[in-house]
Amino acid sequence: MTTTAQEAPPGDDRARQADFDAKVASNQRIEPRDWMPEGYRRTLVRQVAQHAHSEIIGMQPEGDWIASAPSLRRKAILLAKVQDEAGHGLYLYAAAETLGIDRAELTERLIEGRQKYSSIFNYPSLTYADVGVIGWLVDGAAICNQVPLCRTSFGPYARAMVRICKEESFHQRQGYELLMRMMEGTEGQRAMVQDAVDRWWWPSLMMFGPPDADSPNTQQSLEWGIKIDTNDALRQKFVDMTVPQADKLGVTLPDSELAWNEESGQYDFGEPDWNEFKRVVTGSGPCNAERVARRRVAHEKGAWVRDAATAYAKKHQNSREVAV
Amino acid sequence: MSGDNIFTGLVEEHDSDTRWAFGTGFTEALAGVDTTLPEGVDGEDLARYCQMLGDDALVQAQRLSQWVTDAPELEEEVALANIALDLLGQARLLLARAGQADGTGRDEDDFAYRREAAQFRNVRLAAAPRGDFARAITTLLVLSGWRLSLMSRLRESRDPVLAAIAAKAVNELAYHREYAVSWALRLGDGTEYSHERMAAAVADVWPSTGELFATHPVEARMSRLGVGVDPAAVAAEVHDVLVQVLTTATLDEPGAFPEPAEAGRRGDHGPELAPLLEEMQQVAREHPEASW
Repeated sequence: MTTTAQEAPPGDDRARQADFDAKVASNQRIEPRDWMPEGYRRTLVRQVAQHAHSEIIGMQPEGDWIASAPSLRRKAILLAKVQDEAGHGLYLYAAAETLGIDRAELTERLIEGRQKYSSIFNYPSLTYADVGVIGWLVDGAAICNQVPLCRTSFGPYARAMVRICKEESFHQRQGYELLMRMMEGTEGQRAMVQDAVDRWWWPSLMMFGPPDADSPNTQQSLEWGIKIDTNDALRQKFVDMTVPQADKLGVTLPDSELAWNEESGQYDFGEPDWNEFKRVVTGSGPCNAERVARRRVAHEKGAWVRDAATAYAKKHQNSREVAV
Repeated sequence: MSGDNIFTGLVEEHDSDTRWAFGTGFTEALAGVDTTLPEGVDGEDLARYCQMLGDDALVQAQRLSQWVTDAPELEEEVALANIALDLLGQARLLLARAGQADGTGRDEDDFAYRREAAQFRNVRLAAAPRGDFARAITTLLVLSGWRLSLMSRLRESRDPVLAAIAAKAVNELAYHREYAVSWALRLGDGTEYSHERMAAAVADVWPSTGELFATHPVEARMSRLGVGVDPAAVAAEVHDVLVQVLTTATLDEPGAFPEPAEAGRRGDHGPELAPLLEEMQQVAREHPEASW
């Protein structure tokens, strides 16, 4: 556990806080054994856990298409991708555990609805084009959010992000490549791609969180180096990068206000429906109940298997001790 | 802000760019491999043999991937997906070889998506209903051990393509079996409850094992020519391993395998195969002119 430093007399906290602040300010990494303010630890646990949960819940919308992938090559790509997401969940839970919290506890929080995950995964994936669009837009937005986190102040989180971002960028290319291929296919396939873009565009913009004015925790997280850029800055970045990709693909982004602004050197774009965002975040999205329920069922159904593993490990640990 | 470069690659021309390992135009699984048939080998026989081994892997991969998002632990999500992925890879190569050997030029997807259940040549156990985790582990233990024994011998095949596929498959299957063994031990020698479930799973799976060691005429001919392996020849080895694993797992020593009886190799399948394939083939068949 990582609480040793905190057990020191409170008088030392000021010096420790100063030391911590200086480290963060000079872009050094905070490591699990280092002293850290309780709020920093709490915020990080929440952020890393939500990120881990997002990877795990995020396996579902695409995982639904593994069985029906329309070619064996696509099936292999998708299976590998969904497997990567489970791996990302594992790294991130491990990073969270360095903050002194147990993965089992985080899983409980997820399946009891006490901790959130990215709302994007509460939308359904309706056709195979969704697999491509999730790769392109959802993974694209995730990368935009996550690449700066490779420089985040907490060491284990930052290191996990480096590997995750590499794999995510591969996923994004694969998604885009699927869409390119579909756009070169039949009229029906092109319509499928456009339909999927229409459905996923706004939820993707919402992935960056509420507007800065409505994001009360942003300032503190920026100071702690847990967040590197504001929600609106990242959203703008994403739009600016995605519009040329959409043009190249030959799809229309469903925003009549989307236009290049010579003066600012970036795209103007419309406002996402923040009421919808709030509805989905607070549990009333199209698939919220289904996503958590599936995770819960898998977890509960697997309890006897985990119990068996624990019992086996215990028995054999004892027998090893006897042998020694 | 950092990380801008991650996106720039997307809008670049990439049709012939080798960075796109999974890119368009990368469809020939056996491109660059010498695909000449060994002397004296009937192409149709070889193709049928490749379909048998390919269908075993494809159907098992399809079944195993049903565990994704439904496994007891995240590590098992990763492991089972990885095993399914390995088998899928073996299936793709074997089906591609089948299409070359019979001269039809059919590709892996022609075999996977445009055949009916009765044209599949997998053993029934590969398609067996998923059941619980103990059942999945038992099925995997049996099939991976069996396939490992077959593939170990196939490394010496006179068909260089089969030999190459087997050389790759052996490493993968050794891991699959190791994984299955590790769970057979935990479940068998875990809690009283897991012991019961594991014992029940073995009892459920055992009657289906006889088929694995039945010799189809194609397998017999391929074996005589030094191209294939007669599955009857690996029965003792596979049995020995299972006895060792199951007894170490504190389960009853299993009896002999049931009498070998052909079924799936002749296209005679249980009721579970058709719906499994229907789900697999659904999107591809809805869009026959599409490119993916």
